[in-house]
Amino acid sequence: MSWETVIGLEIHVQLSTKSKLFSGGSTEFGAESNTHVDLIDMGLPGVLPVANKEAFYKAIRFGLATGANINQTSSFDRKNYFYPDLPKGYQITQMAQPIVEKGSIKIAVDDYEKEINITRAHLEEDAGKSIHDMFEGETGVDLNRAGTPLLEIVSEPEISSAKEAVAYFKAIRQLVTFLDICDGNMAQGSMRCDVNVSIKKSGDKELGTRAELKNINSFKFIEKAINFEIDRQIRLIENGECVVQETRLYDSEKNETRSMRSKEEANDYRYFPCPDLLPVIISDKELKEIKENLPELPEEKEMRYIQEIGLEESEAKIISSSKAMANMFEEASSKTNDAKLIAKWLVGDVSALLNKDNIEIDESNLSAENFGILIERISDNTISGKIAKSVLEEIWENGSNVDEIIKTKGLIQIQDESLLEEIASKVIDANPDQVATYKSGKDKLFGFFVGQVMKETQGKANPKSVNLILKELLDNLN
Amino acid sequence: MTIKYKSIKEIKNMISNKEISNKEVIQEVFSLINEFQDLNAFITLNEENSIKKAEELDNNPSDLPLAGIPIAQKDLFCTKGLRTTCGSNILNNFIPPYSATVIENLENAGCISVGKTNMDEFAMGSSNETSFFGNVKNPWGKNLVPGGSSGGAASAVAAGLVPAATGTDTGGSIRQPASLCGITGIKPTYGRVSRWGMIAFASSLDQAGPMARTAEDCAFMLNEMCSHDEKDTTSLDNEIPDFQENLNSSLKGRKIGIVKDLDLSSLNDDVVEIYQNSLKEFESMGAELVDISLPHLSLSVPAYYVVAPAECSSNLSRFDGVKFGMRSEDAKDLEELYVKTRSEGFGDEVKRRILIGSYVLSAGYYDAYYKKAQQVRRLIKNDFENVFKNIDVIMTPTTRGPAFKIGSKGDDPIQMYLEDLFTISANLAGLPAMSLPNGNIENKPIGLQIIGNFLDENTILNFAHMFQNETNWHMYTPEGIIQ
Repeated sequence: MSWETVIGLEIHVQLSTKSKLFSGGSTEFGAESNTHVDLIDMGLPGVLPVANKEAFYKAIRFGLATGANINQTSSFDRKNYFYPDLPKGYQITQMAQPIVEKGSIKIAVDDYEKEINITRAHLEEDAGKSIHDMFEGETGVDLNRAGTPLLEIVSEPEISSAKEAVAYFKAIRQLVTFLDICDGNMAQGSMRCDVNVSIKKSGDKELGTRAELKNINSFKFIEKAINFEIDRQIRLIENGECVVQETRLYDSEKNETRSMRSKEEANDYRYFPCPDLLPVIISDKELKEIKENLPELPEEKEMRYIQEIGLEESEAKIISSSKAMANMFEEASSKTNDAKLIAKWLVGDVSALLNKDNIEIDESNLSAENFGILIERISDNTISGKIAKSVLEEIWENGSNVDEIIKTKGLIQIQDESLLEEIASKVIDANPDQVATYKSGKDKLFGFFVGQVMKETQGKANPKSVNLILKELLDNLN
Repeated sequence: MTIKYKSIKEIKNMISNKEISNKEVIQEVFSLINEFQDLNAFITLNEENSIKKAEELDNNPSDLPLAGIPIAQKDLFCTKGLRTTCGSNILNNFIPPYSATVIENLENAGCISVGKTNMDEFAMGSSNETSFFGNVKNPWGKNLVPGGSSGGAASAVAAGLVPAATGTDTGGSIRQPASLCGITGIKPTYGRVSRWGMIAFASSLDQAGPMARTAEDCAFMLNEMCSHDEKDTTSLDNEIPDFQENLNSSLKGRKIGIVKDLDLSSLNDDVVEIYQNSLKEFESMGAELVDISLPHLSLSVPAYYVVAPAECSSNLSRFDGVKFGMRSEDAKDLEELYVKTRSEGFGDEVKRRILIGSYVLSAGYYDAYYKKAQQVRRLIKNDFENVFKNIDVIMTPTTRGPAFKIGSKGDDPIQMYLEDLFTISANLAGLPAMSLPNGNIENKPIGLQIIGNFLDENTILNFAHMFQNETNWHMYTPEGIIQ
């Protein structure tokens, strides 16, 4: 029996506004518990929400970038349920009239591309955090996060595998970071997702019963959780059992999903229009302004890098794949005339270091300015490429300034031709056997002499000059 | 010199003429409150601060509009540092860290908030019998209800303890107690007064307003209460007029709408007679009566008792024992914490409305109840819009009869809900409406309701003031007529 998997994702993107969706409370991450909480976030009696327009603007950017419809009149509803970290006993969300509807995004998986439709993207407030492991027998509540604006992006159930789901999540992450509407920081929970998974017999039109996997916040876990869930559902059905509609939790330690609550136990959220908030209206002028100021998107960057800067297609693709990478490229390029060399280094040595440490470029010690200067020092022949590599490694370790490293370590390239000639002659004199072999026609040995000169100069010799000088000296030998 | 039964205007004059000091005014207020303790009009007093503020005013006289005027604040407005219970056990210990915009506006205008008045729990009631702090008595008869939910406010003003009080009106909570206690009160257009800091009952219907002895005082106080407030997105940013501007405009040729769909036959004969006498009074001032039709008016009460409980069921979810207010002592787990706190913290009427509200919003019932009620509400609004094209005001009796006996409607919520038959439609339509005394039945006062067009408080205040110029029903007190 062959099975098809049907997956839909609900991604919660934390919008990077300064203040919360309905209050002036700060959205800064990592502050001491319950310090970024104002009267509204606490849900005190008598307080009222006021919608933060900035969140709307950011949501609209997402809508425009995915070719979606922007609802210039959108409204808020209340989703009612009790939980200690939900201060009002309801969450304010957009149910009936979301700000964004009907968009789409392209994903790339291995060797094919696919378009995934986005049903809707709506604004809602985040809840606080319940902390279960800090106080013996008690639960702590931290409301710092309560009221933080979220954009919930709901996909159509058009995703067919765990790989596609990850690719979709990555595409959304790339987009929201390029749009500068979310920092994309998954470890801090800036992006989380719920995954709806069901299976059906190949070719069946009707969808199977789905399970919803809650609150997954890493690429790796999305893939693992989905694959576990697909296997579980196939096993159930092949054993003659049924998939139950339910909410399941993914346990990353045990790599399994387990039931949280069944449909019968599901809350009736009693949605109704929030009477405290009037519909929010976005004027044509506001919409036009957002459109005009939409940041350059990855595909546009890629094209520009190829056409205007002359990068290789593969380089342009890698550099435009993440906001941090593109930023590094563009900022470093402004420090030097050699953008192509910047690209070469970014895609080569820098990417290798990133892969080794498994980090993003904005998490590294390398600043755009320092990187730009490093490349400039190669272009202006202050240091050789080989020395540059070791300088880069040093920056990678401790973030020191390029020129400082060059100065304190005396790494400046030796340009003085008479000095180089002197060293080259010494090398030739000291290795009569190799000279003889070379002269007998073993051209490959030329590299040996270059290496020896480099060794003598601790790599500081300008390789071009060394080549010329050695060639001349050797050729002139009888 | 006494301030008992005096209006804001009179007390203001007494202070500025140095007939009485600010401190003497406030001291007398507290001795009156003490003397009339059995009315149970107040939940919390603010004596020490009030006297201090009065002393400061004696040292540094102020020309603020309400300087030194004692005002009783309904215990549903948050008052910074002063306990605010909303008449409920669940907020028995709640001391707000901030003040409602209404409170700030009034205090910035110089008033002295002498205390917090008793009220039906979370403003849900029409007799002030649902308060956790015991029922309020009507100064016109100690066995009578003062009406509700602003019962403490109405009782305190009617007994002459304070010249004015704040109230709130979700379905008649200013007008009905004003009628039953023989005072004047106005619910302005929805959105005129900020709801910031008003503990919500039904957000789309709640509106604060003044309760006082005269229409003139109401206008004066309303001037200070209204403001466009950025903290309340439903607060209107229309220009706020001087509400005293048109008080004395002539009523000649002005049109009063008489609702012909209203079945007066179920009313007490005396109520009808008093109502008709008042209409004659207006005719004698040159106004004309025009028959109007509000075909969906009869649906007001059912629509209201879907919309208001729906909103309340959600608004009251925050009272869960987790962050503020009372928490049940012996809960063993989270579920029990919720259930016990809310079972012990809320009274029966509040629970009844939470249940109704949860029911009408629940999956499968939403369309049949909540959505339908909102559609009815739209129709009622349209009805009013149509008739106001041709008339200036609408007049009805405020209540079906005078104050009833405490306990007499206790077991029949439907009878109690019908108390608001005439008042509810103005809330559903968001229109300004007021009640003013227009007669007595067996020494129990009764009121006339005037409903105005959207944002047109000035016209209803004008009609009310002209009526009070020509009649003396507003001068009646439980101790007889003021000379």
